[in-house]
Amino acid sequence: MTTNTEIKYTAKDFASDQDVRWCPGCGDYSILAQVQRTFPDIGVPKEKIVIISGIGCSSRFTYYMDTFGMHGIHGRAPAIAGGLKIARPDLSVWVAAGDGDLLSIGGNHFIHTCRKNIDLKILLFNNRIYGLTKGQYSPTSEKGKITKSSPYGSVDYPFNPLSLALGAGATFIARSIDRNPKHMQEMIKKAADHKGTSFVEIFQNCNIFNDGAYDHLSSKDTKDDAVLVLEHGKPMIFGSQRNKGIILNGTKPQVVNIDEGNYSINDILVHSETDDNPFLSYLLTYLSENPDYPTPIGVFRNVLRPTCDEEIQNQINYITEVNGKGTLKELFHNTTTWTVE
Amino acid sequence: MKKEIKKLDEVTIRFAGDSGDGMQLTGSQFSDTTALFGNDLITLPDYPAEIRAPAGTLYGVSGFQLRFSSQDTNTPGDHPDVLVAMNPAALKKNQKDLLPGATIIVNQDAFDLRNIRSAGYNVNPLEDNSLDGFKLFKIPISSLTANALADSSLTVKEVARCKNFFALGLMYWMFNRPLEPTLKWINKKFKKVPALAEANTKVLNAGYYYGENTEIFETRYTVSPANLPKGTYRNISGNEALALGCVTASLKSGVPLFLGSYPITPASEILHQLSTYKNFGVKTFQAEDEIAGITSAIGASFGGYLALTTTSGPGMALKTEALGLAVMTELPLVIINVQRGGPSTGLPTKTEQSDLLQAFYGRNGEAPIPVIAASTPGNCFEMAFEAFRISTKYMTPVILLSDGYIANGAEPWLIPDESSIPELSVKFRTEKEGFAPYMRDENLARPWVVPGTPGLEHRIGGLEKANITGNVSHDPDNHHMMCELRAKKVKNIENDIPETEVFGEEKGDILVLGWGGTYGAIRDAVIRAQKEGLSVSQVHLHHINPFPKNLGNILKNFKKIIVPELNLGQLSKILRIEFLIPVESFCKVKGLPFTAVEIYSKISSMSGGKK
Repeated sequence: MTTNTEIKYTAKDFASDQDVRWCPGCGDYSILAQVQRTFPDIGVPKEKIVIISGIGCSSRFTYYMDTFGMHGIHGRAPAIAGGLKIARPDLSVWVAAGDGDLLSIGGNHFIHTCRKNIDLKILLFNNRIYGLTKGQYSPTSEKGKITKSSPYGSVDYPFNPLSLALGAGATFIARSIDRNPKHMQEMIKKAADHKGTSFVEIFQNCNIFNDGAYDHLSSKDTKDDAVLVLEHGKPMIFGSQRNKGIILNGTKPQVVNIDEGNYSINDILVHSETDDNPFLSYLLTYLSENPDYPTPIGVFRNVLRPTCDEEIQNQINYITEVNGKGTLKELFHNTTTWTVE
Repeated sequence: MKKEIKKLDEVTIRFAGDSGDGMQLTGSQFSDTTALFGNDLITLPDYPAEIRAPAGTLYGVSGFQLRFSSQDTNTPGDHPDVLVAMNPAALKKNQKDLLPGATIIVNQDAFDLRNIRSAGYNVNPLEDNSLDGFKLFKIPISSLTANALADSSLTVKEVARCKNFFALGLMYWMFNRPLEPTLKWINKKFKKVPALAEANTKVLNAGYYYGENTEIFETRYTVSPANLPKGTYRNISGNEALALGCVTASLKSGVPLFLGSYPITPASEILHQLSTYKNFGVKTFQAEDEIAGITSAIGASFGGYLALTTTSGPGMALKTEALGLAVMTELPLVIINVQRGGPSTGLPTKTEQSDLLQAFYGRNGEAPIPVIAASTPGNCFEMAFEAFRISTKYMTPVILLSDGYIANGAEPWLIPDESSIPELSVKFRTEKEGFAPYMRDENLARPWVVPGTPGLEHRIGGLEKANITGNVSHDPDNHHMMCELRAKKVKNIENDIPETEVFGEEKGDILVLGWGGTYGAIRDAVIRAQKEGLSVSQVHLHHINPFPKNLGNILKNFKKIIVPELNLGQLSKILRIEFLIPVESFCKVKGLPFTAVEIYSKISSMSGGKK
């Protein structure tokens, strides 16, 4: 990625001339705003940024950004973006996708993009519902959810997107919330800075078909006790009084109070994004499965591995160095030949 | 002992054995040596879908046929003159293709009770007179191989595996071919395992001198070199030629090549080939599935690469939706479909031409895509280049149809003079002034603008585009116009492709109209019919959508039009729709290519013997 110090962008420079057509009150507006506010600071000239999307409300994102972009077909954004990034490692390639798009119809491309560590920045707009098709349960909807296609409650278990990404080998995994703009900007910036597949799950409210799905994580009264903000190298402390923390009891996480005398701040787990062993990250992705435990946001994992796109380019460079640049003559004569006089 | 040498014009040999017997290798070695010797030839590998089926079974039989000649050769031969059968199953499966008088060489050692039963024989066919009428040679190939390697350090299994080289050596003797090319190959192949190099060399020689020194064989044969045009040759299979054509398009345009592909029989060889061409700047991406194969290529095309995806029928079905995206985004993309028997998984290793209608129509919406087809292994080279020419000039996906028969078949290929290959001019727009994503040039092509071009940031996608601006549009009139524009763009390509040529008289009783890999069989049949004085001509299509402009007029000049196809009449349907003329479909859907005789017989019966 080239750093461009000459041109100073503002958020406005990243807004296209198209009218934004999401429903008023949709969480997507916040994501669009935070991306536009962050992009001036990621150090990439705007012509080198490409946003690829699939199908769904969130996938209209592409049209609203004044960068290069392709609004693809359902679920295929990571594959389109992967091909582009492999062809053009000089570009900063982003994927905007919803939960149905990325995890249901596009699940295969998503896990393999993570596995191959293609240097893509994937933003998951997770509203836990199908919006554009008007309200069916999605692969992240909770079991028992009543929707148009599940009038007696959905019988499916939901995906845990972060542990799915982790299991697939993603090298950067983070989570944020639409109603926490500052935090989201920080996550977008960190995703941009990471070299390798960056996956950011953004809890996004669909005020039409799944309103309030994340209220407890964003309303003033509850959020401090419901959200654990992860910070690298810092103890996992949360709560309105900042007196609750996570300890490890054997292999089980446990919420304790450090004001009650049994535990001190020194007993609290310290977060590390960069552990080679993904155990801690796994544990955190499952933390909120227990309704009494907080939902972590922040960077869960951030490790470096060579990327697919750079390794493909490296092979080309190496073989070209060893064999010289290929010519037509070499191409045609790369096997036994004979001459008819 | 002096043996008689008979001169022949041409010979067809089929090597057949268990899929683990190395028949493909034996056949291709014989082909390479024969090509070096100067004969024209065509090969036909025929192998089962199972990699190693249970030994001795009919479904495990692998075959390799080649026809070599002192004349121009168009097909791998209808009926083998010589069948080498390494076991009873190979004999049983292939005997029906032999005419009386043909030579059969069997590995007698393999005709034990178990193998005889596995092949479905009740009694040993070598002993019940069922092979009367053939020249049968019973050779204990396994034991002769073991004898030749009596001093070797190889295991019994390894020794057994050398037996195909005995058969190859014997065939080299019988047809008067030099051993050197194969000896050279052995030394190169087994460079790191000298024991294997030595063993195979010994066995090859043993086979050769078995022919020379025993009294079993009285005659050997020779086929003089063919009178081929001057120049440098190599053997080439259709899949190799496709890979070469794509890389050539890249070198001639200066635009790097990207292949997104998922392994599938019989197209994988193109992926294998292209993945070796790293120093030609070729990027190959083995995708997680067929859909990612094509969509990654669409991404690469957006990024300014010559983009390619390769597949076969079932994979083509999966790529359907993405084809529509390529049509809508008007990005250049080449899709190669090496057809195999369908529907569904069908006959993975067998040839067919049954994806033509799919190529024409197999998409949602009005989604016209140019379709071209290769006719011979060598022609695959030109068609790959042509696909990229059309694709980049008109900003459109192009479907190139090949088939299992020409993909795996090989023939000597006259290496083209580098300067005779035209440059491929590809323009990337960088000029900001007056730019709109869906403005069009004289070919109705929109500009190709790649990310990284300052000031030309724009969005494309699968939603309908407003004319010129490319903004999302649901306007009814705009949609109607855009559908017509995209159709017109493809139709206009007819002004930019060569007129099709008639082989034979321009006017007459019968026109045999074909496309794709049936070229050779049709050509041989037509030549034969013409020699007999029948009024028959041939047209073979390489451009199918759009058709060459002169096709309609040609069709009017013949009383009867016969269309041989390895499907149930797909081109026939299109011709009837397009030209409102009656055509007679001649179909075969057996997973096998046409023989020249089949087509000749059809021509003959249609002409009613009238000369």
